[in-house]
Amino acid sequence: MGLAAADAQFHVLAVDDSLIDRKLIERLLKTSSYQVTTVDSGSKALEFLGLNEVEIGNEDEACVCSKNSQDVEVNLVITDYCMPGMTGYDLLKKMKESSFLRNIPVVIMSSENVPSRINRCLEEGAEEFFLKPVRLSDVNKLRPHMVKKAKSCLDVEKPEKVEKLEIQEEELQTTQQTAQSNNNNNNNNNNNNNNNNNNNNNNNNNGKRKSMDEGHSPDRTRQRYNNNSDLIFISN
Amino acid sequence: MLGLSVERLRADMNRLLALLFHQGVLDEQFLQLQQLQDESSPNFVSEVVNIYFHESEKLLRNLRALLVDKEFSDYKKMGTHLNQFMGSSSSIGAQRIRNVCVAFRAASDQNNRPGCIRALELLEYEYCYLKNKLHELFQIEQQRILAATVRYPMQQQHHQQQQQQQQPNNP
Repeated sequence: MGLAAADAQFHVLAVDDSLIDRKLIERLLKTSSYQVTTVDSGSKALEFLGLNEVEIGNEDEACVCSKNSQDVEVNLVITDYCMPGMTGYDLLKKMKESSFLRNIPVVIMSSENVPSRINRCLEEGAEEFFLKPVRLSDVNKLRPHMVKKAKSCLDVEKPEKVEKLEIQEEELQTTQQTAQSNNNNNNNNNNNNNNNNNNNNNNNNNGKRKSMDEGHSPDRTRQRYNNNSDLIFISN
Repeated sequence: MLGLSVERLRADMNRLLALLFHQGVLDEQFLQLQQLQDESSPNFVSEVVNIYFHESEKLLRNLRALLVDKEFSDYKKMGTHLNQFMGSSSSIGAQRIRNVCVAFRAASDQNNRPGCIRALELLEYEYCYLKNKLHELFQIEQQRILAATVRYPMQQQHHQQQQQQQQPNNP
């Protein structure tokens, strides 16, 4: 598969135990021209991503990457928080613990606005936290987070550089290693994301859906149609 | 004649929708569903709503089965069902049902069985009402689609003349 095919569409993996919510998120993502795969549990998500229990100890080996080949490249994972078994938070954690999955951006969705939950997820490395029901305006915020592994197979041949890059990302948290990372995995987006994560606790304009001060977020005013005003007539 | 039908049916649909919004039965999220429907996914709303009906009826049966038992004590299980019902209702914009679920869950959290039974009855009522209204909505929509696409060969010329006469502002 050439680079042209990989660039054509971003592939999003959506995880939710509710069938209705899976249908919804799939439609929202397809409307935004993403390729979508949906699964109904965290464990199936990890399976799809190519992470099996037995491989966790061997993350720096070539065989792990080869399973996650070009045709199942995932550019973003969006997951529900409340799921039986493995929660969205557990899934997030597992992905961040895996050296070949941690670069995939993760977005969490939840029907409940619990600030401590939201903070926990953001601190663990989630890019965004969306309140359900998810809207098109939320999905529009995903594009900047999309990560492309243009040369994922080539990276496997240079395992040392990849590991070095990851350690630096954890310790330095600056953009100084972009020069090196550019050569390796085109991880511009990823470094920017790390910066955003760290610098962003007081910056709501970057699209973080913390929703703690719900009255201040302009695009989710949650109007309810209890009276005559603001009725919208639909005609196709 | 056919042109009139389409307009009248469209007006009927809008009137029904307006009523449902006014009553708080539906909220903004239902509009979001409609906006996601297009040529590439022309039955999206009815597909999702039908899944909702199917799941809801199962949940209602489960809730009733739990509460019918006088010795019932598994409020945690009831809470799980309610969370699911709340989530799916919220996802399709069934605002009143969702609100009843909230009250139901409050009763459940207090282990208040009579309160739960009352809430369940209200829930069943609201669900029936919504189902009837949405069926009505889909029926009107189907009729409108039919009216818009049916062309009788003999009347085609006549119809075209009529269309020219009544070129109202089609939204």
